Amino acid sequence: MSEARSWNAGRAEARIRELEKLPGALLPILQALHEEFGYIDDAAVPLVAHALNLSQAEVHGVIGFYHDFRRSPGGRHRLQVCRAEACQAMGCERLMAHVEARLGVKPGGTTDDGMFTVEPVYCLGNCALSPALMLDGRPYGRVSAEMVDSLIDDARRKAGGTE
Amino acid sequence: MKRRIFVPGDSAAVSVGADAVAQAVAREIAARGLDAELVRNGSRGMFWLEPLLEVETEKGRIGYGPVAAGEVSGLFDSGMLDAGPVAGRTHALCLGPTEEIAWLKQQERLTFARCGVTDPLSIADYVSHGGYRGLARALGMAGEDIVAEVAASGLRGRGGAGFPTGIKWQTVRDAAADRKYIVCNADEGDSGTYADRMIMEGDPFVLLEGMTIAGLATGATSGYIYCRSEYPHAFRMLQRAIRIAYDSGYLGANVAGSGKSFDVEARLGAGAYICGEETALLESLEGRRGQIRFKPPLPAIEGLFGRPTVVNNVISLATVPVILDRGAEFYRDFGTGRSRGTLTIQLAGNVRRGGLVETAFGLTLRDAIYGFGGGTASGRPLRAVQVGGPLGAYFPEALLDTPLDYEALAANGGILGHGGIVVFDDTVDLARQARYAMEFCAMESCGKCTPCRIGSTRGVEVIDRIIGNQERANNLQVLNDLCELLTDGSLCALGGLTPLPVQSALRHFAEDFQRS
Ligand SMILES: Cc1cc2nc3c(=O)[nH]c(=O)nc-3n(C[C@H](O)[C@H](O)[C@H](O)COP(=O)(O)O)c2cc1C
Ligand code: SF4
Ligand code: FES
Repeated sequence: MSEARSWNAGRAEARIRELEKLPGALLPILQALHEEFGYIDDAAVPLVAHALNLSQAEVHGVIGFYHDFRRSPGGRHRLQVCRAEACQAMGCERLMAHVEARLGVKPGGTTDDGMFTVEPVYCLGNCALSPALMLDGRPYGRVSAEMVDSLIDDARRKAGGTE
Repeated sequence: MKRRIFVPGDSAAVSVGADAVAQAVAREIAARGLDAELVRNGSRGMFWLEPLLEVETEKGRIGYGPVAAGEVSGLFDSGMLDAGPVAGRTHALCLGPTEEIAWLKQQERLTFARCGVTDPLSIADYVSHGGYRGLARALGMAGEDIVAEVAASGLRGRGGAGFPTGIKWQTVRDAAADRKYIVCNADEGDSGTYADRMIMEGDPFVLLEGMTIAGLATGATSGYIYCRSEYPHAFRMLQRAIRIAYDSGYLGANVAGSGKSFDVEARLGAGAYICGEETALLESLEGRRGQIRFKPPLPAIEGLFGRPTVVNNVISLATVPVILDRGAEFYRDFGTGRSRGTLTIQLAGNVRRGGLVETAFGLTLRDAIYGFGGGTASGRPLRAVQVGGPLGAYFPEALLDTPLDYEALAANGGILGHGGIVVFDDTVDLARQARYAMEFCAMESCGKCTPCRIGSTRGVEVIDRIIGNQERANNLQVLNDLCELLTDGSLCALGGLTPLPVQSALRHFAEDFQRS
């Protein structure tokens, strides 16, 4: 589960220091920050730029280039639905429409209750068991609308149980 | 005899319940007090049988599948752990000896010899199944001779471009520099492909061994694996395998006691298809936007951090150990024409028996799709197949007798790419598929060339007009002109090959553009 933790400059600096000596450290640092906070806060940009001796514009440019990086917190759960060709051949567009209707979000959006962010993804390497999706890094294959419903219900029930 | 029970940890197997099956097996072993061990192997690549449970017996490995967690207890009751299936009481899920399953038996598994067979993180298993023999031989050879051996094998890059691996290595070997690098391209962005993922999850040491041999051959002492972020499990397996290889002395300052050094580090991508292109990948590894570099200089001359660099696909590198172990001639003897050795085909999409097929080059599309694949999963007539990923052509049924090799596919207006075959039944609309090809290009363009950056979005609009029957004849002409512009005016194959799926759809499935 990708619990979004609130921004904390001290923790960010600690993660940056761990990695700044690596050759080509920018991506590993951005990934570490993303993992730590669930997104990359604007306040991280000057810290990263300073540590790596880059301009802030360069850091912004890199963050903006890669599909993985969010600039604002996402939902508690990350639901990645594959929309590439092999999954298209097995009806992933119908599946995506079901997800959208069920959660009331468009691809890329987060549900109002902050529980799910739905992301389109272009191949998960599970193309012999299409349609495929991944929920918080866990793979699912031959996915039906009913399976999506039960995954969503399970996640909601668990959240209800712990609160 | 202590029984070994295998339940794949491969993420595709897990996606259909292998973890639950493994937990059930562990519970049964404990509850019944059995002398048995659970191994999480890679996948054999027979995905329609996953989760595939196997038991090692005196009669070889006996397969059961696809197994649901609730059936595990019944499997134990049926005497699954006895010396092989007993006549009259074999379980309905029993497939007999796994190696005898025709689908597997008809293959020639060289690169995938161990995948699905061994415990992917056991060096002992790896070595007892022929692992590190190629490295041992390479350690006794001059770098020049290793390069010559790989060149003589006829191995061509499996990442898509099909460039001879030996020539690439020779260039890096001949370049003088203070440091050189081996970079493994594990970005595997093509839809319909998963061979790289299977190796990383199912036999990661073979990749590390191949990279080490590449280092010995070229004089590189440092390697990076660039793994796409959509593969979190593969990345974890790589990291664990690398640590184990260091701890066992197969990586580091003294590789297998030879006094030679080789280091490997795994890095994650960040969701960008273009970073599979080798120069964009290098930019990304250096910490920049994944934009294409102008060539020359070739990466082999000025690659990572400006140093001579071998960039090779996972399968190319994972094939090197068997070439060194069995010799160039052994490998060369498989295949046809200028496509030597084995091809790893990945059957995907609407196919009944999807999975990994490794055979000598020369199998036809029809053999692959009907022979191995068993036709469509839906049972409806097959209408189109896309070969070679999102930049590959769509073929109609009439072209299925095309052999799967670099030259034959090119002659029919297609590419082999990374060996992915995506099957579609008769519900497919090729105008939609052509539109998606343009959309994908627009989404993933690195932005360097105008035709690719702007032209692809324009392509989507034009196809929408064709579908909507607005000035159709005119717009078909515009689309063809746009395709020509992309073909001629693109720096790399993303823009340059997007016309392949579009124009093949127009050529072979013109009726789909005339529906309304
Ligand atoms: C848009 C684009 C995407 C590519 N994606 C990959 C990829 O995901 N994996 C890969 O190995 N090669 C990919 N390639 C090919 C690489 O540029 C390069 O040819 C390859 O890594 C060389 O290794 P090989 O000779 O072992 O095939 C891609 C090329 C282009 C133009
Ligand atoms: S063709 Fe597209 S992806 Fe390739 S270099 Fe040009 S803009 Fe970048
Ligand atoms: S196309 Fe969906 S998993 Fe590959």
